[in-house]
Amino acid sequence: MSITSDSPNGPSTRRNSSKELPDVGNPAADKIFSGISLSAGILILVVLAAVAIFLVAQALPVFSANAEELTAGSFLKYIWPLTIGTLIASAIALLIATPVGIGVALYISHYAPRRFAKTIGYIIDLLAAIPSVIFGAWGAAVLAPKIVPFYDWLAAYFGWLPIFVGPASQTGKTILTAGIVLGIMILPIITSMCREIFIQTPKLQEEAALGLGATRWEMVKMTVFPFARTGIVSSVMLALGRALGETMAVTLVLASGPLNASLIQSGNQTFASEIALNFPEAYGLRMSELIAAGLVLFVITLIVNVIARMITSRYKEFSGAN
Amino acid sequence: MSSAAVTSSRFTSGQAPKWLTPAVGLAAIILGAALSALIGFSVATWALFAGLIFVIAGPILIGIIEGRRKGSDAFARFLVYGTFLIALIPLVSVLWTVLSKGIPGLSGNLLTTSMNGVTGVVDNKTAAGDQPILGGIYHAIIGTLEITALATIISVPIGLLTAIYLVEYATGGPLSRAITFFVDVMTGIPSIVAGLFAASFFAFATGSPSTRTGFVAAVALSVLMVPTVVRNAEEMLRIVPNELREASYALGVRKWRTIMKVVIPTAISGIASGVTLAIARVIGETAPILVTAGFVNSINFNAFSGWMATLPTYIYYQIMTPTSPTSPQVSETRAWAAALILILIVMLLNLTARAIAKAFAPKTGR
Repeated sequence: MSITSDSPNGPSTRRNSSKELPDVGNPAADKIFSGISLSAGILILVVLAAVAIFLVAQALPVFSANAEELTAGSFLKYIWPLTIGTLIASAIALLIATPVGIGVALYISHYAPRRFAKTIGYIIDLLAAIPSVIFGAWGAAVLAPKIVPFYDWLAAYFGWLPIFVGPASQTGKTILTAGIVLGIMILPIITSMCREIFIQTPKLQEEAALGLGATRWEMVKMTVFPFARTGIVSSVMLALGRALGETMAVTLVLASGPLNASLIQSGNQTFASEIALNFPEAYGLRMSELIAAGLVLFVITLIVNVIARMITSRYKEFSGAN
Repeated sequence: MSSAAVTSSRFTSGQAPKWLTPAVGLAAIILGAALSALIGFSVATWALFAGLIFVIAGPILIGIIEGRRKGSDAFARFLVYGTFLIALIPLVSVLWTVLSKGIPGLSGNLLTTSMNGVTGVVDNKTAAGDQPILGGIYHAIIGTLEITALATIISVPIGLLTAIYLVEYATGGPLSRAITFFVDVMTGIPSIVAGLFAASFFAFATGSPSTRTGFVAAVALSVLMVPTVVRNAEEMLRIVPNELREASYALGVRKWRTIMKVVIPTAISGIASGVTLAIARVIGETAPILVTAGFVNSINFNAFSGWMATLPTYIYYQIMTPTSPTSPQVSETRAWAAALILILIVMLLNLTARAIAKAFAPKTGR
């Protein structure tokens, strides 16, 4: 549905008297201009392909290297704990950010006083504007020490759960803290996307529900949530993509180490944090290994994002919102 | 309680009295304080218990008076309000931390000197109280500005032209759909992967695996910036009314001229504010800079050779590897001061974006 489809060739080219009309533009420039914009578009595709190709090229030495030259004996053994650590941190982040994000979006779209709704949305967007390194520094300097008593409590009363096995870390620099910081960072993504979708709920449906005597919550359950379900899922997927690749929050907050089932002890590591911590000093095979790890991260986030986009595009086709 | 309500008015009979919610709130605060005191008082547990009691007791009381449905409605309402308050906590806490920890570190030194020559010995003297905090972020500000400017110079033309192609020239064929799709995918590239890409690209191009300059970092940031610019410019070009284009064509103006003279000027406010937001987003990126530009303590004006520092990497290294390991608080003070400057820059860019969008918005005649 291109806007220009009704006049694809621009103005009629028959009028050769264009010399009398100054500034209509040079006919040859039309071709040049469209060529330049087309090549800019193609360049983006080339760059994305180049990202994949160069990462693969730089990562290749890892797969032909001797086992004893690699950090963990084999590349799979190296990747495995990182994958698990990344998934744990992202899962914690999603568990926190999804309910809160949907709640805040609902607050802005359906609960807040109309006058303040826009301002409140802007305030939440401020969260997105804060650089990740500052979140990381805040997590390490403020959140981690404050959360230690809570971890002690978890260890004392829920220590029988493998994920809360004590003794709790006394610095608070654990994967749970990192997950919480990640959750705060992805909150604005979920909130802003959900808010946009919640607002688009057909007014007639909402009013019909209210008119039949539904309470506000029943109205939300009957009209807003069914309408927005796919949108919520795709916003969560996008937030997951962000959480998987987020670096600084984890690097600064987590005292990393080998895989550890307990979320309140130090240990575990994520892809992004592992790369950021080690790449500046890496050379040779170690560098290839880290680039290969980055490639794995790239593939994982790519899959997550593609799924999210597929959901969104299906949603666009069938929702009738447009 | 319901009998009291009945006497007031026939229309409000069976409804919870207005004072119920504040009363429950007050009771929750008192009970919460008591419960918190039982396990060793702290503000956090007090707020937690008070909040829990309020969210549970309030709806139950309303449910008893007005019925189940109203009760669950109140429960949902309290929860939604609660999530909003919870979301505000980190925002307020982060801003407060940056302000309270950053302001003490602000000084003339901070903005005008680099970290060149500032060693652990110097910091130890400062910690002992012999001298003010020496060393600053001048080199990091230079690096941030140069790298971000280069990234903007690279990504704005590419992004804008791509958006023009998608909106003005594409006819919905496979190529334009592929571009739209992959721009979306690019939005989700983890920032560190963009950094790794730029690093490995230049490693390949120059033949030396540890090529790290400001320009490499700018390329990495462009990978992150281009999709943002495309998406935004695309949206802005799409809302330019088609009548404007047609009016221009009717006057015999060629397509490229129409785009340059009619379409873009109409959309320029939105595009400019989108670009500003994209800059605000990449200026705070740390991870791609870490792997592409290295880190230095001295001033480097040349983005095309030698390592460079930026504000985010400065904050990161001051925290992770304090200049003086025995008195890290000096480095932390510098880091928070730098964080304050960085947040001010980002907020300023955000406000500028809003101002641009407002000031240059096309007159719609309404």
